[in-house]
Amino acid sequence: MTSRIDTVVGAEAGIPSGLGAPDEISDVEVSLVSLNQWQLALKRFLRHKMALIGLAVFCTIIFISIIGPIIAPYNPIDIPGAKVQGGDPPSMQHLFGTDDAGRDVYTNIINGAHVSLAVGLFSTLIAGVIGVIVGSLAGAAGGFTDNLLMRIVDLTFAIPLLFLILVAAVFFGQGSMVALILVFGLLQWGLIARLVRAQFLSLRETDFVEAARAVGVSNLRITFRHILPNALGPVIVVMTLLMASNIVLEAFVSFLNFGIAPTEATWGNALSNSQGAMGDGNWWWAFFPGMAIALTVISINFIGDGLHDALDPRARL
Amino acid sequence: MTTIVDLDGVSPVAEGRVIGPPPPPDVLLDVRGLKTHFHVMDGTVAAVDGVDFQLKRGETLGLVGESGCGKSVTSLTIMRLIDIPPGEIVAGEIWFDGREILSLPMSDMRQIRGADMSMIFQEPMTSLNPVFTVGNQIAEAVKAHRQVSNKEAWDRAVEMLEAVGIPSPERRVKQYPHELSGGMRQRVMIAMALSCDPKLIIADEPTTALDVTIQAQILELIKSMQERTGAALLLITHDLAVVAETVQRMAVMYAGKIVETGTAEDVLLNPKHPYTQGLITSIPSNVARGQRLNVIRGTVPNPFRMPRGCRFQPRCPMAFEPCLDFDPPLRTTDPGRRAACWLHYPPSERPTSREVATSAAPMQTERVAKP
Repeated sequence: MTSRIDTVVGAEAGIPSGLGAPDEISDVEVSLVSLNQWQLALKRFLRHKMALIGLAVFCTIIFISIIGPIIAPYNPIDIPGAKVQGGDPPSMQHLFGTDDAGRDVYTNIINGAHVSLAVGLFSTLIAGVIGVIVGSLAGAAGGFTDNLLMRIVDLTFAIPLLFLILVAAVFFGQGSMVALILVFGLLQWGLIARLVRAQFLSLRETDFVEAARAVGVSNLRITFRHILPNALGPVIVVMTLLMASNIVLEAFVSFLNFGIAPTEATWGNALSNSQGAMGDGNWWWAFFPGMAIALTVISINFIGDGLHDALDPRARL
Repeated sequence: MTTIVDLDGVSPVAEGRVIGPPPPPDVLLDVRGLKTHFHVMDGTVAAVDGVDFQLKRGETLGLVGESGCGKSVTSLTIMRLIDIPPGEIVAGEIWFDGREILSLPMSDMRQIRGADMSMIFQEPMTSLNPVFTVGNQIAEAVKAHRQVSNKEAWDRAVEMLEAVGIPSPERRVKQYPHELSGGMRQRVMIAMALSCDPKLIIADEPTTALDVTIQAQILELIKSMQERTGAALLLITHDLAVVAETVQRMAVMYAGKIVETGTAEDVLLNPKHPYTQGLITSIPSNVARGQRLNVIRGTVPNPFRMPRGCRFQPRCPMAFEPCLDFDPPLRTTDPGRRAACWLHYPPSERPTSREVATSAAPMQTERVAKP
């Protein structure tokens, strides 16, 4: 059941002098620890093993991205290795090998982590905030407002990503991280907005919304206190997955040389630099950045999966 | 498409609508000629099609009928909880506590809802918001209508939980809906509905979703709360046993119309309308063991193709000539009794088929109200 039973005290029963025949009154009285929906969700999440593993991996990645540059064996601007055509394979000195220019791949990955994470996190936050506001507005207002906002959403899906990045480069300079975050966020909020709107449409038909209307609760209050909190579960799940996909997207556009400036150490750039090296059998050059991306994305997806199960309102503990 | 942020101040009925005189002050609720239709993809459903009834202060009335006969739509129209569109209040007046509430702006209506009239719903399992404590939700209802502090609203919630017989209310008030059983949740719903001492309680199938053992307790609770607060009760149910136990007067609905009214005792013991008779004889306990159960032949008419004449006529064992072409209006048969059946009209007042050509016009189509 949903509550923890601490003690069973039968004698506590039968206190009230209220009306109606006692139904549950004569039951054995139990002391219950009240858990709200979020606490319940946390409990369900903690039971999801894969999600916990994902969380642990993800926390480690965040941890490394923060303290990594301090403990990294080499300074990122140093070129510790010898300049060898195709780089050196992994060795005790260079765990993940070196690249063409003699840069340490391990150092590059550690220094690139915060870029990937920042792009993923902030672009998703922008998409989430705009999406929730627009989606709830559309879902609550309905009619013309709804129609207008949803057509704007359609429009955002029609804008080509690479084109927008090129335009943004004019304003923010080539290879700016801020530009990338803004472009991702501004192109993806429509996804969240549609989801929130759909949640609103189904939630406002629920019995508890009707019951709230029946006791005279104002529309504004129904929208923000009754519907919105119930709509947030799926939004959080989708935002997690969106973050993972934005990390991949960052690597993708950087690979195409549309992303972060190639001089910066990022995972996407590391992959991009390794083009052509694979043919020479220099697997370490692409393998380790690729693994870093894959590990991050998989761990986030596991977290998302755990959240999905935890926040499912139909789920039982 | 419906909206939550609706245009406050727009009344659901047309301007310049002519309304009748107010009912006497002892009448709390007076529903006159109410028609609520729904415009859906396949056409128009006349869910409520000319309903009249009165409810005096402190009186209890049972509204009985099969699924889909328009009982719930009637109650939702009284609460003004019908979504417009697809719904439309085509005609009629609803007088509540001296005011015609169909012409009130929604902001005024919201003040009435929960404070002067409130509703107990059928599904206690889904009628409480899962993310808030029950205390929060009762306090919210109180704060919607009274200028009280959070503390006072919370105290009122505890007091109401105690009044509806929930043990250790100080603790229960902090619990979430999922921690309570169905019976408990219905008690919470009742506490919420009665938290502002309404003059009218509308209970829409309040016991249908509950365990049989809990049903009687909840009915008993509703009845005792009604007696204690002096509120009027409109009980909507399909269960004749519930009506017999709970209310003074009853009205039987069929296909969007009221076909019979009277005291619960009179109607149940001496039904006038063939439909009511059919309902009562189809209660299984009326049949000896081994005998076939009584049923009303046929099914409820298709809402898009209501039969001509009396709507019960295709299923009625006693249908005769006028029933085929003319819909009988309610007629007072005995003091306090009304029935809509040509059998209870003297032969001279029954229409003859000669009039068919002139008066059997199709259903009224004039629109008194626009959304």
